[in-house]
Parts: sequence; structure tokens; C-alpha cells
Amino acid sequence: MTDIEIEREDEQIETHRASAHTGHPSAKEYVRIFLILGTITALEVAIYYVRDGFGSWFIPVLFALAITKFALVVLWFMHLKFDDHRFSRFFLMGLSGAATLYLVVLISFKVFLR
Amino acid sequence: MADAAIAKGHVEHETTTGLPHTKLAMWLFLSSECLLFGALITTYVLYRGSSQKGPFPADVFDIGYTSVSSFVLLASSLTMVLALAAAQKRDFTRMRLWLVTTALLGMTFVGGQVYEFSSFYLNDKLGIDTNLFGTTFYVLTGFHGVHVTVGILMLLSLTGMSFADRLPDDPAFPVEMVGLYWHFVDIVWIVIFTVVYLIPTGPVPK
Repeated sequence: MTDIEIEREDEQIETHRASAHTGHPSAKEYVRIFLILGTITALEVAIYYVRDGFGSWFIPVLFALAITKFALVVLWFMHLKFDDHRFSRFFLMGLSGAATLYLVVLISFKVFLR
Repeated sequence: MADAAIAKGHVEHETTTGLPHTKLAMWLFLSSECLLFGALITTYVLYRGSSQKGPFPADVFDIGYTSVSSFVLLASSLTMVLALAAAQKRDFTRMRLWLVTTALLGMTFVGGQVYEFSSFYLNDKLGIDTNLFGTTFYVLTGFHGVHVTVGILMLLSLTGMSFADRLPDDPAFPVEMVGLYWHFVDIVWIVIFTVVYLIPTGPVPK
């Protein structure tokens, strides 16, 4: 291998490293996110036991909490907040496609009117 | 350094997108998994409350127990990212420790699921063909359990490769790929926990 080729391979490795994980959170930040997730889970369970007090807000509140947990894991633990935006687009493509498709199915079967 | 990495055959070459294709493929795979789990969750919701005979969700679920399982899976996501952070620092001892911890937490979750299934089947007489609830519940949570099991195998393989010094020049990359899969399994459970367990039909059990 010539010096130029070796230099090029080194550059490729560095490019790969940079694109694979840049600016990821620190261990402390990961622990902080986990504590938030744990608190939200505890909140969900607490709300479940006092669901009568929430009336018709019970399900929307639970969904809001679940979406918050989902977003925290995807953005911080899966690093979509820090990685190239094209990864987010790829994931959102499947996620929004699935959500739209299955929402249409549920609406067609009048699930929300039961 | 470059030669060593090439010899191990794990160098991502320059791509037209400028992104590592392995990572792009993993995100595409996870994107397709949204459709799979979306279908299973939708089927569960579609048939919710349609069972003609019991046992019904309110008869079998133990929310306290499932909450602990959910917490265990969330904790495994933390240990997974700590393994990645250690891999990025090339601290292999900690990386292995966190990978094994993640696998153990995953095993605890799957063990809990096996116990739950056994309890439903033996104590509550809820089989996969008992009613619509049994069918949709076992298929959905069973598929999720299989995904967790595959994740555990991936984690253990990664740990074994690390001990055998067979990780690529950039050890954080495979850890990150396995981590993406693991966290996806976690976010699917976040949805299942809410839709299946916390929003039951009928009165609040236990």
C-alpha cells in the first residue's frame, strides 16, 4: 500500500467515526434521561390507579406521557437529536407511514366511536 | 491502523450519501419494523373488547408486576447507552460490563414475560385460542418477546467478539448498531405498555 492510499484509508475511518457518532450525550446526561423516563413511568402507573379522577382525559394523558417517553428514547438514547437528519427522515418515513395506515384502518372500523 | 482495520474487514468505505450504509440500513430496518408492530398493535386494538367469553384483560393483568418489567426494560436502555459511551472511550472492561448487564436485564424481562404467560395460561386458563383477547395479546407480546430475545443474543455475541478481540477498529460502531435495535425494542414496549396494559376494557383490576 502506498502512503497516499494509507492516508486515504485513515481519512475514511475518521469520516466513518465522525458520521457514526458525533456529539453524543455524556453518561450523566444518559442517567438524567433515564430518571425522567422512570418518573414518567411511575406517573403513568399512578394515573392508572386514579383513572376515575381523570375522566375522559385518562387516555389522552396516558398517550401524551407515552409519546414523551418514546421521543426521549429516540432522540437521546438512539441519538436522532445529534445524528445526521437523514437518519431521522428514514425513521419518520416508516413511523408516519405506519401511523397513517393503521389510523385509517382503525377509523374505517369505527374503533374510536365504540 | 488502516491496514489492521481493513484486515478485520469492518471499514465503511466512502459512500455517495456520506453516511455509513450499515447505519442507514439499520434505520431502514427499524422503519420497516414500525409497520410490523403497527399491524400487531392495530389488530389488538381492533379486537379490544370483542371477546365473547373470558378471561378478559381486567381479569388477568397485574399492573404492578408489568410496571416492574417495564422499568427493567427502561433500565436496560440506560445500560446499553453506557456500554456505547464506554466503547467510544475504548474502555473495553466497562463496555463488556454494561453489555452483559443489558443482556441480564433483557433476560429478566423475558423471564418475567414467560412467568406472566405461564400464569395466564395455568391460573387464568387464557390460551392463544381461548378468545380474541388471548390471540391478539399473545401474538403481539410474543413477537415483542422474540425481538428482545434476538437482542439478547446480539448483545452476548458482541460481548463474545469483544473477548475474542474480534471487534473492528472502531468498536463503538457495532455497539451503536446493536443499541439502535435494543432501544427500538424498548420504544415498542412503551407503546404496548400503554395501549395493552394501561388502557384496559372494563373496570380497574387489582
